[in-house]
Amino acid sequence: MNIPYTVEERPDSGLANGKLGIWLFLASEVMLFGALFSTYIILRTGAPEWPHGELNIWLGMINTFILIASSVTMVMAWAELKLHNWARHRLFLVLTFVLAGVFLVNKYFEYSSHFAKGEGPWHSTFLAIYFTLTGLHGLHILGGMIVMAYLIGPGASLFKRNPEQFTNRIEYTGLYWHFVDLVWIFLFPVLYLL
Amino acid sequence: MHSDPEAIKKSVRLYFMIGAALFLFTGITVAVNQVHLAIPLAITVALIIASIKGSMVASVFMHLSHEKRWIYGALILTVLFFIVLMSVPMFTVSDSIGTPIGAANASHAQPPER
Repeated sequence: MNIPYTVEERPDSGLANGKLGIWLFLASEVMLFGALFSTYIILRTGAPEWPHGELNIWLGMINTFILIASSVTMVMAWAELKLHNWARHRLFLVLTFVLAGVFLVNKYFEYSSHFAKGEGPWHSTFLAIYFTLTGLHGLHILGGMIVMAYLIGPGASLFKRNPEQFTNRIEYTGLYWHFVDLVWIFLFPVLYLL
Repeated sequence: MHSDPEAIKKSVRLYFMIGAALFLFTGITVAVNQVHLAIPLAITVALIIASIKGSMVASVFMHLSHEKRWIYGALILTVLFFIVLMSVPMFTVSDSIGTPIGAANASHAQPPER
């Protein structure tokens, strides 16, 4: 039995089920990160002093550029699919995957330098919230990479059977990916600059 | 959401322009940080720039500028709850509003004499 409304729009909402589903998921993600940002505000306003310059701004800025570039390549992967250009779609999706990997490698070096100095989450309130926020964000990057790896690999065969459904999957993956980028856009100034 | 090829071709140019603008705003955020403004002003400037960047990502990359009513409805509800969530830190200090500075801490530091 086929699952209804994977491609065609529901008559009541005017949306395919997956589209509404991914937006409701993103709404729950807003609350998850919102709770952590709220915690950050409580910790920061309650602290007698707050450290500055503990993080490498330039590494954070490079990672911001990487995620912005990956958002552009992700939306291009979707656009090329809409334009029926399979080869360019693959190129942009692989580029997004690689950029996500580079982001995590940068994060690995950043974490390593902290741990080498004995600066783990236990070291200070600031580093505790830093590792919690960036760690959770990093897990989201990893989650996105797993989905992209599936769509580049075994999941790509769906395009031959049902191109519209595959295009929708790329669109939903893109929505998730842009959200992950959006979270970083706020994390970068809050943790690295302020 | 665009579906005809001509509209998507026009959007492609917009995607690259937004990408460039996001790069530029990131550079501006870091440059402003190097000026060493007063902390309240620095926080305000950084969050305004981040909000501009975030709205560009949401409206163009996530196509929120032309979405269906159901999605707007779900997001409005999310924004309302998000505002409540962000207000929680205010509630943690609201019980000491009107108390002279230091009095609240003093009363916490020393238990009342019997």
